Amino acid sequence: MTAVSARSSGPADLRERPGVPIRLDGLTRRYGSVVALDGLDLDISGGELIALLGPSGCGKTTALRAIAGFDRPDGGRVLLDGRDITDVPANKRDMGMVFQAYSLFPNLTVAENVAFGLRVRRRAKSERAGRAGELLELVGLADRGDRYPHQLSGGQQQRVALARALAVAPQVLLLDEPLSALDAQVRVQLREEIRRIQLELGITTVFVTHDQAEALSVADRVGVLRAGRLEQVASPDELYERPATAFVAEFVGTMNRVPAILAGGEVQLLGTRRPVAGAAPPEGVVVALVRPEGLIVTADPAGSGRVVTRTFSGASTRVLVALADGVEVRVDLPSAVSGELTPGAAVTVRPAERPVLVAPPEPLPEMAEEARAGA
Amino acid sequence: MTLTEGLTSMGTAAPETPVRAGRRGAGAWRFVVLGVLGVYFLVPIGASVWYTIRDRRNGGVTLGTYAEIPGAAGFADAFTRSLVLAGLTVVLVLVLMVPTVVLVNLRLPRLRTTVELLTLMPLVLPPIALVVGVRSVLSWAPDYFLNTPLAEAFFALQEPALPWILVFVYVVLALPFVYRALDAGVRGADLRTLTEAARNLGASWPRVIVSVVLPVLRTSVLNAAFLTLALVLGEFTVAAILGFETFPTWIVRISGSEPRLSVAVSVLSLLITWMLLLLISALDRRRGTKENS
Repeated sequence: MTAVSARSSGPADLRERPGVPIRLDGLTRRYGSVVALDGLDLDISGGELIALLGPSGCGKTTALRAIAGFDRPDGGRVLLDGRDITDVPANKRDMGMVFQAYSLFPNLTVAENVAFGLRVRRRAKSERAGRAGELLELVGLADRGDRYPHQLSGGQQQRVALARALAVAPQVLLLDEPLSALDAQVRVQLREEIRRIQLELGITTVFVTHDQAEALSVADRVGVLRAGRLEQVASPDELYERPATAFVAEFVGTMNRVPAILAGGEVQLLGTRRPVAGAAPPEGVVVALVRPEGLIVTADPAGSGRVVTRTFSGASTRVLVALADGVEVRVDLPSAVSGELTPGAAVTVRPAERPVLVAPPEPLPEMAEEARAGA
Repeated sequence: MTLTEGLTSMGTAAPETPVRAGRRGAGAWRFVVLGVLGVYFLVPIGASVWYTIRDRRNGGVTLGTYAEIPGAAGFADAFTRSLVLAGLTVVLVLVLMVPTVVLVNLRLPRLRTTVELLTLMPLVLPPIALVVGVRSVLSWAPDYFLNTPLAEAFFALQEPALPWILVFVYVVLALPFVYRALDAGVRGADLRTLTEAARNLGASWPRVIVSVVLPVLRTSVLNAAFLTLALVLGEFTVAAILGFETFPTWIVRISGSEPRLSVAVSVLSLLITWMLLLLISALDRRRGTKENS
């Protein structure tokens, strides 16, 4: 490792470069009658890891491909460090990309794959070999340089793809669902590694994913897209705690949908009144959106709710409660106080003392679609 | 069931899966099928070989006929001409079709059906129709364009030493085979992602074709080249009707006066074709072992 950092061409030169900001300015893209991007505006700071999150067809991949130069937007601009690169061809953009599908060149060894970008740039053979070695070490595959891609596992292939993308010291790193073809365990491991490397190099990174857990766990900020527009861009905490719209609220994290009545600017919910958080739909019958930790469940022999299941997961426990009207809600509480809440126990459920998000009674069409797809 | 199984696996050049041991009797059937096919192919070849090596004067066998081939009048010219025509056809058809197939798959998927149908035309239209059309144009055009550079071009096309018109006709005749071989290769690989990865790493389009597309399509390019080569080396109708002397037309021409020589040359051309086939599969296998080492 000391030998690596001593070299001038090593990843150290990546580290010394400040991250470059990207700006998407009114990006529009239509495929026939389908609007993939509908005037997308987004400012990405230098060195930031931003995740673009949304259901399939929301335009997140189209946005990434527009940044990479694979897809020309019908309108709008892509600015890299203030420079308009909308018309710059993909091979002149100086960006590294990792694809969803395995993309290693099958006829080249792992080391030759990593060095491909340098070969295109006509770097000396010794420099290419040295650089490939360093980057393979960075992704933990230093001993696999002479293997061929088909001799590696999926996770290893994506690590090599990451090393290959970084080998040319790109200004921007683009990740197009790089983990979705991998096993759950490898996925978690690799996303942490991507974050480690990204922080180490300070490279501006756009990470497209449909997996909210992935987005929330690695990103500095998460942009939630819906029908080609940004619903909200915020830090993972803010997105979870203060979702700007009902769509974001339901897409990020677990959300209970509880029937409620909106009247006089207040929500009548589970026998209580709470102020409305965010924008309110027309008054009348609505659906309250409450996080599992936003509900309080107490053992109460006279209560109308019944515990259906109790799932212990270390410090916290989740109970599924069937309310009197057949609605089921999930409630999280500290395991220490959940002892009495065994299946069949009578309970009461009420919302915590805080403003409540409400949505129109019908589910959002995209959400219904996702539910059908089993996502 | 076993019969069909045996037949299908024999029909393909390289069976992907070994023929299963199967139930009792399957082995026997396999030998029957192999035997029948073997007789069907080997008897005519064996008879030809025997005809060329039997020494009728002294008895026994002699390779005298084969020794005569290199010195036979017209052989060297006709054979070289056919090889050159084959080489030119291979280069031209690949230069034409590799970018076309790649472009159709990556950029213009809507054109796929059209291109597929177009490349099928030479199979649907009998070569005789094609060549009669070509012949009328060749006889009409020089008069019509008399004293223009175009007339010169039409004469150049029909230069007996190297008839370029044959190259163009052979390119058309090879289209169905070449398109199919290349298309199978493109569909087998995720060429879109690979080319995008290469573009992303800074490669220009020519670079993408040379460094990524051709290596990935190597097997199918070799297959296409081989099919084209075999087609040109064995093509008789077009060359004969247009009146050019190529290897096949030369064989037919001498068969009247020197029947044994013409059969010996045919046997030899069969061997040459086999050797090319072996060479191509060896090239392919070397790549395989390199990857598996």
